Amino acid sequence: MASQVIKTDASVNLRAPRRKRLRWYNVVFTALGVVWLIIAFYPVLYMLMTSLRSQQGYLLGIPWLPSLHPTFENYATVLQAGFAHYFLNSVIVSVCSVALIVGCSLLCAYVVVRSRNRAVRVIFDVFLVGLALPIQAAIIPIYVLITKMGLYDTLLGMILPSVAFGLPLTLLILVNFVRDIPNELYESMGLEGASDFRLLRHLVIPLAMPALISVSIYDFVQAWNNFLFPLVLTQSDSSRVMPMAIVSFQGQYTMNVPVTMAAVILSALPLILAYIFGRRYLLRGMLAGFGK
Amino acid sequence: MGTKMNWQRWLMIAPAVVFFAVFALFPMLMAVYYSGLQWNGISSAKWVGLANWGSVFRNGEALHALRLTAEVMVLSWVVQTPISLLVGVFLAGRQRHRAVFGVFYFVPLLFSSVAIGVTWSYILNPNFGLLDALLKSLHIGNGNQNWLGNTHLALLVVTLIIAWQFIPFHSLLYQGGAKQIPDSLYEAATIDGANVWNTFFSITLPQLKYTLITSSVLVLTGSLTYFDLIYVLTDGGPGDATTVLAMDMYKQAFVNQNIGLGSVLAVILAVAGVILSILTLRFTGFNRMESQLEGM
Repeated sequence: MASQVIKTDASVNLRAPRRKRLRWYNVVFTALGVVWLIIAFYPVLYMLMTSLRSQQGYLLGIPWLPSLHPTFENYATVLQAGFAHYFLNSVIVSVCSVALIVGCSLLCAYVVVRSRNRAVRVIFDVFLVGLALPIQAAIIPIYVLITKMGLYDTLLGMILPSVAFGLPLTLLILVNFVRDIPNELYESMGLEGASDFRLLRHLVIPLAMPALISVSIYDFVQAWNNFLFPLVLTQSDSSRVMPMAIVSFQGQYTMNVPVTMAAVILSALPLILAYIFGRRYLLRGMLAGFGK
Repeated sequence: MGTKMNWQRWLMIAPAVVFFAVFALFPMLMAVYYSGLQWNGISSAKWVGLANWGSVFRNGEALHALRLTAEVMVLSWVVQTPISLLVGVFLAGRQRHRAVFGVFYFVPLLFSSVAIGVTWSYILNPNFGLLDALLKSLHIGNGNQNWLGNTHLALLVVTLIIAWQFIPFHSLLYQGGAKQIPDSLYEAATIDGANVWNTFFSITLPQLKYTLITSSVLVLTGSLTYFDLIYVLTDGGPGDATTVLAMDMYKQAFVNQNIGLGSVLAVILAVAGVILSILTLRFTGFNRMESQLEGM
């Protein structure tokens, strides 16, 4: 008995200082952490600071410090230069792409999981091969195809191939998720004579909601930031999307860096807001199921 | 019901299949066909068989692009993997301040490659760039270093900026992996008197094996297709110092309007992508990747 008491005593004594003791390596880790903080975050801070400078302030001020007279005039300039229109184009392309990718993938994933048909299995395997195909490898024929369809320089012309290349990963993630839904649940609903569409609506979609939100975020970010499709498939002002707008601002305001920086900050606005208000969801979506 | 196919189910998979067939598979096959054409995309095409293939390999252009792509790939892995792993493990720690660091570490994820490329091109600008101003004020070097205009430096600088863009993503992966390691393992190690290095090498690293594989596959397959950043930063230059495979393909097809040569490079790109995926899956086991992908 006595020895036991002493033992617990000793362990308590051991534990207390362990939590308080400042270990030398923790100091080193934190110092390295600060170094990485500067490398990772300072360029973004520089973007923000520069976007709030006047042109004179940029050329004459101290570049690594915030301006003494912050101004929003660059943001006004960017908005006057048709920014809202480009922003809207990006929203249309991204939202349509996400809706089509997630909708088609969900229907397809359900059938892949539920049916034992060999042809369906082969189709799924072909989609998996699609995971390994880079967009760049198909961009030349896509350009020819979209041009021949009369969709060159239209928003739809960007949406269609974006959907095709967004499908494989989204499908794979949803198949993995739908597969995890216990068979008994299908059986019990199936016994009541529920159709596939009812099962989808009342069983699969509610249960797969977290996965659906994640892949939607992932596909949205991909579509929002896609550069190759707009670069190759559009040219005019009317179909310009965000990444192309940044490049054209850079060309237009060659020496006026603050204006371009304001455009850069605004181009990331949806993601910045998502990060502020729903950081966890955004980050989980960004991982797209690669992390657990 | 249950496991049988019926016309409704065929209808359900139809949209995905049609999209993928028309805008992904069919273009892939067309790329192979185009690689045998002499065509500028406008006038009538001429079938020239393997002539494009011959010329691409004879003048060393493809090999140069392949070599640069391989360099970017190796360098990306060497830079991104260790830093991401350490940052991820650091962030998985319990201390409050690490969580705060994490909020800032992931901010680069919010910007597109184009936005990042434009920003860094200003930071590195030899005339009014931030970096040279900083170095000058610290009396390091003589200023006006042309980071992106120097043939020997450009590819390295571009690869480092690519690393800056993607390390946050991989840190996130490793953080997730490290958070899953059961505390009991660390407690046992502490009782056995393991110090911080033993713990890292005998517990953390082995436990992160599958995360490491997943992340590495993504780095390798990703570096095959880096294009946006390079386009914005150097446009493949100076000379052809940063003309990686994807850049070369774009230039041949859309700048020189040589659809045939561009398609040869596109096919090489596709084959490289598939080979890389098969190798990594063979090497690591597809089930591991699958198990990583399960349950989000």
